[in-house]
Amino acid sequence: MSSLTVFYIGLFYFATFVLVAGLTYRIYEYWKTPAPLSIPTTPAPTTRTGAVFRVAREVALFESLFKSNKWIWVFGYLFHIGLALVLLRHVRYFSEPLYSFLVFIQPFGEYASFVMVAGLAGLWARRFLVDRVRYISTPSDHLILALLIAIGISGMSMTFVAHTDIVNLKGFVRGMMTLDFQPLPTDANLLVHLFLVALLMIIFPVSKLLHAPGVFFSPTRNQVDNPREKRHIAPWAAALERDNS
Amino acid sequence: MAGPEFEVPKMSEYTEVPKIKEGAMAHAKSFPAAEASQTSLGFPWKLTDDWHDRAINRMGELLVKYRGLRVFMDACVHCGACTDKCHYFLGTADPKNMPVARQDLMRKVYRRYFTLPGKIVPWLVGAEDLTKETLDDWYSYYHQCSECRRCSVYCPYGIDTAEITMAGREILNTVGMGQKYTSEIIAKVFKIGNNLGLPGPALEDTLLGLEEDIEADTGVAVKLPLDVKGAEILLVTPSADFFSEPHVESLIGYAKVLHAAGASWTFSSYASEAGNFGLFNGNYETMRKVAMRIRDAALELGVKRIIVGECGHAWRIAYAFWNTLTGLGYGGNDPFSIELQKQLDPRYKQPSHICEYTWDLIQRGVLKFDKSLNDDRVITFHDSCNVARGSRMGDEPGGQFTIPRNIIRAVANNFHDMAPETIGEATFCCGGGAGILTDDLMEVRVKGALPRMNAYNAVAQEKGVNFMALICAICKAQFTKVVPYYGFDMSQIGGVHQLVSTAIKLEQD
Repeated sequence: MSSLTVFYIGLFYFATFVLVAGLTYRIYEYWKTPAPLSIPTTPAPTTRTGAVFRVAREVALFESLFKSNKWIWVFGYLFHIGLALVLLRHVRYFSEPLYSFLVFIQPFGEYASFVMVAGLAGLWARRFLVDRVRYISTPSDHLILALLIAIGISGMSMTFVAHTDIVNLKGFVRGMMTLDFQPLPTDANLLVHLFLVALLMIIFPVSKLLHAPGVFFSPTRNQVDNPREKRHIAPWAAALERDNS
Repeated sequence: MAGPEFEVPKMSEYTEVPKIKEGAMAHAKSFPAAEASQTSLGFPWKLTDDWHDRAINRMGELLVKYRGLRVFMDACVHCGACTDKCHYFLGTADPKNMPVARQDLMRKVYRRYFTLPGKIVPWLVGAEDLTKETLDDWYSYYHQCSECRRCSVYCPYGIDTAEITMAGREILNTVGMGQKYTSEIIAKVFKIGNNLGLPGPALEDTLLGLEEDIEADTGVAVKLPLDVKGAEILLVTPSADFFSEPHVESLIGYAKVLHAAGASWTFSSYASEAGNFGLFNGNYETMRKVAMRIRDAALELGVKRIIVGECGHAWRIAYAFWNTLTGLGYGGNDPFSIELQKQLDPRYKQPSHICEYTWDLIQRGVLKFDKSLNDDRVITFHDSCNVARGSRMGDEPGGQFTIPRNIIRAVANNFHDMAPETIGEATFCCGGGAGILTDDLMEVRVKGALPRMNAYNAVAQEKGVNFMALICAICKAQFTKVVPYYGFDMSQIGGVHQLVSTAIKLEQD
């Protein structure tokens, strides 16, 4: 096995470990940090089911962003829906057998890559064109967009320009999953694509990409508006009460 | 009034988003708190020698105590959705008044000391060391935020800048950089029991004087009882209601409503303040200590029901926090909560807003009005931020918008709403909330009122509106002071219960 294959196997085990362990740790942190006061942004749902739907609308439809700014909503939504379809399409490289759903989604996933990159381009353009957004943009804001676009374009180049050996690629991926290691095809666009994906996985738990788990833990969105009927008290606040009352 | 030392913004048909002007409001510095009040709050009063480590330690403590702060520090993607939502940005064009930039003042420090990339490659992720200049920036810009939560409505992750401003002020207090206005007011509550520093005997005199005024005016002996043990209802109202104009007109309104309903009720000289400036500084212990006065008074007087007067942040705390802080509400199964629950009448929401109380009486036909007495007024309603985005009235979400409007329509004939993007959950703050209501921040207050003034001016021009009704003591004080800068008369500002007071028909005894 070539040293290149060994390097990529090592890289992906490392990236997967960082992503899974890092996100697990962050989610654990968010989970264990108490929300001591009832602070849903009102009007808010008065039932737990209602609050679950509110968060679901936030995740699936970007409801608040839609209220806020139609341009960001359009570009952000195009990017995320494109990314979702592209990711679903990629399941075929991990899954054996090839379920009919994966066959069905294949063409949608392929063309969704254009939607995804168009959305990213729109979001990036705003960082230059809107003075307020230009002011708040940090180098990392630009670099994450560049990274995602580079992942998109390197991937699209394999679908629409120069195909890689997809059978061997799947062999490589399945090999990592089953510990039966297989050589990695050496097309440049594939190597770039995989390297950048691994980089994205590694920075996920230490960057603003944490908005993905964060949205589920945001107390202004996930809390139920019932403070007169239910007493919310954090453990540290209850301890304070025992000491002081 | 002396001429302003700053340029009053020009009103326009719609509030336009300005081009950013860096540093436009960097000079705004609220007066610092002095020794006496800071000591009574338990904070240092001048910058401590160990300010750097002290600030970082406090930030670390807050990050493990408040999930909101913890998540909000990480989740922002700098999308820009909030950048044009803050009234202070719209009125000043200072980019640090954009919610995300205000958050970033803290987030850059968070990233530097609490995240891996910020420790390794600070320049890449906008992380910076905590310096004295950073603290000065915090002091300036965390006192140009009224914690109104408008940005949190529009953030795709619900990031609430108010939570970050509160944490920022808490850290500033911890290192000895408190703000005079909030610090002194909290100290007055600790010492005397209300924000105005009005002692019990003075309060009693004031209420007797008001009783005489009402009787002279209406011929009906409407009472304003104080410290009546065994009364059914304890009415807790912002102390400004006792003698500020136009607040007192609403106080008279509450008294008339309670009289017409034949209620047994009382004020408390011990709990003579619904406001709780502890919220503004985000210190849980302070907020709890202030709120406990109401619990103690309720237990002492043996009341069965607690009603809160017209005050925005007070209602947020009463509605959303009293149950947590003081056990005043339902659902608690610990001895502390049960002690109070046993005494409260479970038929009623605890606490209730005076508007909930009045609207219930109106619906049941208990109150009678002569709406024509309000005919000289063409009325609009300003949704106060803490009521709109931090609380509720009634059973349905959004009751905080419908109930006050329903009351106005029941007592007056001429009502027009302002533009939809300026009311309801999208309401613009008056510009004076959360510790900004002080003369040393007059420029911030006047400029921050611009979006509301534009919306008010639009209905004044189109519909002939000449009265802005509201249910917040801070809004009332802010607007009466600020509307003259925009060419309106302060008499155009008043309370919902002022309108009730004008129209209500009282039966002669």
